[in-house]
Amino acid sequence: MNFIASIRVTLKESVLDPQGSAVVHALHSLSFTSVSDVRIGKYMEVSFHADDEQTARAQVSRMCDQLLTNPVIETYSFTLAEVRE
Amino acid sequence: MNCAVLQFPGSNCDQDAVKAVAGTLSLKADLVWHETADLNAYDLIIVPGGFSYGDYLRAGAIARFSKAMQATVAAAERGAYVLGICNGFQILTEAGLLPGALRRNDHRQFRCDMVELEVVNGATDFTRAYEKARVTIPIAHGEGNYYVDDEMLKRLEENQQIVFRYASEQSPNGSVANIAGVINERGNVLGMMPHPERAVSERLGSTDGISLFRSILTSWRDGHAS
Repeated sequence: MNFIASIRVTLKESVLDPQGSAVVHALHSLSFTSVSDVRIGKYMEVSFHADDEQTARAQVSRMCDQLLTNPVIETYSFTLAEVRE
Repeated sequence: MNCAVLQFPGSNCDQDAVKAVAGTLSLKADLVWHETADLNAYDLIIVPGGFSYGDYLRAGAIARFSKAMQATVAAAERGAYVLGICNGFQILTEAGLLPGALRRNDHRQFRCDMVELEVVNGATDFTRAYEKARVTIPIAHGEGNYYVDDEMLKRLEENQQIVFRYASEQSPNGSVANIAGVINERGNVLGMMPHPERAVSERLGSTDGISLFRSILTSWRDGHAS
């Protein structure tokens, strides 16, 4: 089975996001004064093959833990879609 | 003492490191390309500053998987000295040789400056030659904002693993507890954002990096005296 994993990586809540803070200021200067917080993250799409959905999920978790994120400062979530030819 | 300086695609402080080793220790360090898988011959491995593999994903994230870095992890396990400077420090944290992570500077700017450091632990194999508690060493980085959680910070403090702190009240990058350099528990792997290899002659504006290289050689000789 072919899958596409859509992975969202964000900084942990306890970790300051200097880029996000800069964007908050920029939005305020555009008069979006109601904005209280912006968190900037990464989005990745990984296409791959696996025998079944459970194996696919386990693989994505391992990819995230070992390379795609740094667990010291980042956290992730993902959705999985099967691709039918 | 056999010294290696690793070279990744994007390293740009590698020659500085070779020259610092030559100038301070009168030793010839080998430049070792990142595809080298065998570092058994080396007693000191320097992971230099600059960039590595475009620092895609995160600084140091891809370099960690290179053959030379896997060999560096093995070398650290057998007790060789490993010194990671700037991007080298980022790589060592990604490789799990040192705790913590380096985030983008809190003010979002690249900072290139001479900074004053406090030598917090002058008893390590990397700092024993320092005779003063304050030294001046340059920094040049955009992602030097050291992070560990409270629990790890407590452990670092208890084990005296914090080797250098920025001496100014406000750190140049937002680092937790003003941390500029940390050592592993065993005491043979040091990572630091400041560049000691750029502080080895008066013409460079500081000679405070010399004692770091001399400390390593003295420690190595002590360990190999028979």
